[in-house]
Amino acid sequence: MAITSLKNLDRELARFQLRLKVGAGFVALLAAALLVRGYYLQRVQHEYYVQRAESNRISLVPAAPHRGLILDRNERILADNYSAYTLEINRAQMASLERTLTELQALIEITPGQLRRFRRLLTESNEFETVPLKSRLSDEEVAIVAANRYRLPGVEVKARLFRNYRAGPGMAHVVGFIGRINDRDLATLREGGREQNYRGSVHIGKTGLEQSYEALLHGRTGFDQMETDAGGRAVRVLSRIPPVPGKDLRLYLDAELQAVAEHAFGDYLGGLVALDPNTGGVLALVSKPGFDPNLFIDGIDPDTWKELNESAARPMVNRVLRGIYPPGSTIKPFMALAGLELGVRRPEDSIVDPGYFMLPNSSHQFRDWKRGGHGVVDLRRSIAQSCDTYYYRLAVDMGIDRMHDFLAQFGFGEKTGIDLEGESAGLLPSREWKQRRWKKPWYPGETVIAGIGQGYHLTTPLQLAAAVAMLANGGRPVPPRLVAAVRDPVTRTWAPVAPPPARPALAIAPAHLEVVRQGMLDVTRPGGTAAASAAGAPYAIAGKTGTAQVVGIKQGARYDASRLAREHRDHALFIAYAPADKPTLALAVMVENGGSGSGTAAPIARAVFDYYLTGKRPGDMQFGDDNAAD
Amino acid sequence: MPRISHWIARRLSHLDPVLLLLVLVLLGISVAVVASASGQSAARISGHLMNIGLALGAMVVMANVPPHLLSRVGMPLYVTGVILLVAVALFGEVRNGSRRWLDLGVVAFQPSELLKLALPLMLAWYFQHNEAVLRVKHYLAAAGLLALPFLLILRQPDLGTAMMIGVSGVYLLFFAGLPWKFILGGGVLAGASLPLAWGFLHDYQQRRVLTLLDPSTDPLGAGYHIIQSTIAIGSGGLFGKGWAQGTQNQLDFIPERTTDFVFAVFGEEFGYVGMVLLVALHLALVARGLTIAARAPTLFGRLMAATLSLNLFTYVFVNIGMVSGILPVVGVPLPLMSYGGTALVTLLLGVGIVMSVATHRQLNKT
Repeated sequence: MAITSLKNLDRELARFQLRLKVGAGFVALLAAALLVRGYYLQRVQHEYYVQRAESNRISLVPAAPHRGLILDRNERILADNYSAYTLEINRAQMASLERTLTELQALIEITPGQLRRFRRLLTESNEFETVPLKSRLSDEEVAIVAANRYRLPGVEVKARLFRNYRAGPGMAHVVGFIGRINDRDLATLREGGREQNYRGSVHIGKTGLEQSYEALLHGRTGFDQMETDAGGRAVRVLSRIPPVPGKDLRLYLDAELQAVAEHAFGDYLGGLVALDPNTGGVLALVSKPGFDPNLFIDGIDPDTWKELNESAARPMVNRVLRGIYPPGSTIKPFMALAGLELGVRRPEDSIVDPGYFMLPNSSHQFRDWKRGGHGVVDLRRSIAQSCDTYYYRLAVDMGIDRMHDFLAQFGFGEKTGIDLEGESAGLLPSREWKQRRWKKPWYPGETVIAGIGQGYHLTTPLQLAAAVAMLANGGRPVPPRLVAAVRDPVTRTWAPVAPPPARPALAIAPAHLEVVRQGMLDVTRPGGTAAASAAGAPYAIAGKTGTAQVVGIKQGARYDASRLAREHRDHALFIAYAPADKPTLALAVMVENGGSGSGTAAPIARAVFDYYLTGKRPGDMQFGDDNAAD
Repeated sequence: MPRISHWIARRLSHLDPVLLLLVLVLLGISVAVVASASGQSAARISGHLMNIGLALGAMVVMANVPPHLLSRVGMPLYVTGVILLVAVALFGEVRNGSRRWLDLGVVAFQPSELLKLALPLMLAWYFQHNEAVLRVKHYLAAAGLLALPFLLILRQPDLGTAMMIGVSGVYLLFFAGLPWKFILGGGVLAGASLPLAWGFLHDYQQRRVLTLLDPSTDPLGAGYHIIQSTIAIGSGGLFGKGWAQGTQNQLDFIPERTTDFVFAVFGEEFGYVGMVLLVALHLALVARGLTIAARAPTLFGRLMAATLSLNLFTYVFVNIGMVSGILPVVGVPLPLMSYGGTALVTLLLGVGIVMSVATHRQLNKT
């Protein structure tokens, strides 16, 4: 019994020893598994995890650059920046947006307009974006919000740079405005590979110079490489690439001249563009009515937007660039020059004007604006008195094809290439165009009215100004430019902007040009159509009046501006340059429903010339200091 | 004076020098790592040192308790533990969604902690008691003794502790000579019941397992722990980023980094070399414990030394496995490394028991 028990014990012990070995083997297996896993993580996948740890730790915080300034030729500020506090909302961080809004309204004043704008921005932004609720907080409001921050998660007060358009509504069509970057802007930026540079930016140029010079104005975004902890708090700055501010723009434009021009329009709507005929520099560009560009920066509230957009006055349309009108009689100097250059007319060739023109084998009368006609009319007189019959006949003698080719040299029918976007090309009709567009042949009657700038021909005020500048400078195409120079924000030096390659000057016989110019001078002399507007000027103006029909006038009926409702009156046109002997300013004026060029458009031009050439301001004009802050 | 120093020498003579050295080296590493993980917080470090002192004291005491005395407390301790577990189920305090704590007025403690030692003591005593007449029914009875606290803890719910206690019981059964057919049968049965067990798991437990399979499914929730700890370990590389230089650690990316996830800090700052060293130290600890078991004069001593040794390494495996992303996240600390008094005291009590087995060589006088 004792022996078996002992043997048993031995067997038990042997079994235990075996089990110990199995246990040891099991532990070795577990240890091996850990070491294999460790080897995989720390040796095989090491690089990957180093990268993960680095991206955990390092975050790039973009630093938005200051946007470049926009200055007029005298370095008057048209657009600059100011720093202010804004109240911004991050929806993702709050339980209930509505409750937060209610609580905020109890703390500081939030207007219905701000609320509406905020709600519109909400619909346009994704859930994680911060959306501004109120900008330009007062110091008191900042303090109130800061004191209540602990119970308002997702509500942030941020110091931001704001764009400030000091020049007001009159400059809106030139300077344009910036607005919040939307999906379309983002797509464009992505296509151009520029999205990285906008990582800290909220705004982008939407119209005007803000849009066309976006690349220069924006500047380069800087980046702070921050070490951040798991809670996203910045622990320290590892490296810093400072932002490079955008470049400043200096324009050819003279803000005071612009104000004078705008004032000269009075109640009328329309457009005016004044160029330096030697450079193409835009000295004034008025499109009335304007609008307040400051409204758009952080999103416009829906009601104001509706009002602006649906107003009959169309304040959002830049009439100088996009308004297209028949040139009317302003085409006549160019027609006259065509007649001379093509050998169809000599200066002394005269007609006797019976007050109408008829095509052979037709009884249709193409009437002159002057009942009974102008009598004996030579080329100079045809311009001075704007004789329609002279040009009906000239057009027929010249033919539409030659007329088209000659006028095209002055830039009609194509974009001038001004440094703003959205320009219209207008339309310079031709036989080939009509066949292509309407699948119809060209009719002789269409040539007749084309001679006085009616029919299919459509121009923008900008095209007219660029064309009359060529008459002023002897036939050299000068594409209109707004920006004269660009200032480097670091070196603070101005570099002139190279003009785009212009086409070579036209080879026009000086004698021919001189006759036309004399005719345009006669326009502003006694007996000319714009004599009254030029009376007493200490310099000579060469110009041409015109009207663009708004409503068709029936055969046999007479156009009588005074008996028509204002919105049915013709648009008044005037093109001119001065001083006539050595022109420094060329312009085109279009007055919507102005009736006649001589009556409304020419006086506006006179005010512009007076100010530009003599410094004389309109007597009734109050000059505020545009540069006063805000 | 000589008598006192003699007395102290006698007490200390019960400490196994090899185990003691290994434990002290590991605890030294632990202080360094906890210091780094806590951002060198004086409060954390001194708290940790106090826990270590307390636990070492408990170890010394335990080493001086002869095994035959220890074997007698097995059953009372077990019974107390089970009663307390029932009390927890009835009156326990709910923390973090599970009922684990018993508030005794002065201190709140988890009775499940008690069972970590009470269950092996109970089973070892039971087998010793029936050493001469071991039959199948004894193994079945032992399995029942194991299942009772296991199920009680499982329904708290505390899957991690239940598994660890269950495993310690299984080890003991194994060393006690549980026939292989039962071991294999039990293994097959456990495997087969896995799908069934899945259904019994709580949502968060299921999620932890699923998260393990693909942490990226829940990068900000349950997966965050695993993702960040594997990043920490992986970015440590061969030699680590150096003490207190781990970015994952210093910048708060590692959650629970002085306690359950302390290995992530260790791996990040000491690299693969550190890991190999750590595992080697633990293997040495186990080897020493198994050697002691092999030389132990009584069944009780053999079973306790072997079970506790294997158990220790199981904790190491489960913790490092969880932190390095091969096991689900269960709340198991890394032995001799994690901050936390209770677990450390329990652990060193176990080491003390092994030391006692090693230094009380004479046969029990029963």
